[in-house]
Amino acid sequence: MRESIIMKIHYGTALGAVALVAVHILMRMSQKFSDSLQYQNVIANYHFLPYALMLEAVLILLSVHGFNGLRVILLELKQGSTYEKMINYGSLAAMAALIAYGSRTILMAGMGVS
Amino acid sequence: MAVVAAPKPSEESNAKTTNQPNTITLRIARSNPSEGQESAFSEFQIPVQKWTTVLEAILYVKQNLDHSVAVRYSCRQASCGSCGMKINGRPALACYTKISELNSNIITVEPMNNFPIIRDLAVDFKQLIANHKKMKPFIIREDSEVTSESKEFIQTPQDLEKFLQFSYCIKCGLCNSACPTMATDTSFIGPQGLAQAYRYVADNRDKGKDDRLKIIDDSHGIWRCHFAGSCSHVCPKGVDPAMAIQLLRGYLLGFKK
Ligand code: HEM
Ligand code: SF4
Ligand code: FES
Repeated sequence: MRESIIMKIHYGTALGAVALVAVHILMRMSQKFSDSLQYQNVIANYHFLPYALMLEAVLILLSVHGFNGLRVILLELKQGSTYEKMINYGSLAAMAALIAYGSRTILMAGMGVS
Repeated sequence: MAVVAAPKPSEESNAKTTNQPNTITLRIARSNPSEGQESAFSEFQIPVQKWTTVLEAILYVKQNLDHSVAVRYSCRQASCGSCGMKINGRPALACYTKISELNSNIITVEPMNNFPIIRDLAVDFKQLIANHKKMKPFIIREDSEVTSESKEFIQTPQDLEKFLQFSYCIKCGLCNSACPTMATDTSFIGPQGLAQAYRYVADNRDKGKDDRLKIIDDSHGIWRCHFAGSCSHVCPKGVDPAMAIQLLRGYLLGFKK
């Protein structure tokens, strides 16, 4: 992929995350912080489909942004074609793994398997 | 009519006392990597005047104290770009830095960062020149302005303004030596090359924009700049490579055609 496309995704995911994390924080402020961590309330979040979908979106945006950012740091740290290939594929794998693991949590809690 | 009077003898002797040479300590980093010789400082006592430049102090050492000091220079007037080095920790041209403006009696000169050292203060410019050439630093277009029918290409003062400052680059490499990305990313094009890419992209006579944008849109290209801005801070010719990089990004992000 062209580097400019990757960086457009990087900036886009950052902007998207700012918007969605703001909603996430506002939702947390709808009740006392300690209440928001109560078991029933946490599970209720996942049962509310629009909010669960938003959490999934935040997960995807920040996984993509975070691991691409890490990829950039590592590419600037050391150079070499094998190393760079490893970093490029490694960060894609890490993104996919984190998204899969997080989605599993969101899905299981949403379906009441917990 | 203005009358220019010759200085009276008393004034002349006054001027002499204020221009008494001062003595400073010049510390020169010496190394010879090809012989496995690590960096160590040689210290010299140098008489200096108000106007003595760092390059003149180094040449004083070569003439009178130790001729083996390796230093590259040519024009002595900030136009050839040969004498870049770290002076009291800051990248600068030795011929364009007066000892008196450094406000210190100890002057330390070291080779520029982010370049391989050849010996002492002389560094290797191969990569800078290669990256500069990679930017196709010339006007690209099919037609030529020298045919009998064609006239010269019109360029208004506004057209010129768009790239003029970037054409002042003397390839001294100070910007690259100040760049934090260059410190670890040996494949990064660097501020010098990117500023030159912009210089030609912004020239209304040039048709090579797409070529150049493709070259800089690489995993070690323009996106590895994180806007530290040190390049623009140290440039002795008033070039602002950090701005050139942001303007080039405008094209790549679709803000500019
Ligand atoms: C939501 C707020 C965020 C915004 C607006 C944001 C914005 C940005 C921008 C613009 C860059 C590029 C910087 C550059 O190229 O110099 C960047 C880089 C980076 N971001 Fe984020 N980011 C945010 C959150 C995060 C989070 C939560 C993480 C960790 C998961 C993260 C990890 C990184 C990393 C590792 C880099 C690469 C370092 C760098 O280039 O300086 N960011 N971010
Ligand atoms: S942009 Fe300035 S600092 Fe960089 S090489 Fe050109 S003249 Fe030197
Ligand atoms: S000797 Fe030419 S720029 Fe300093």
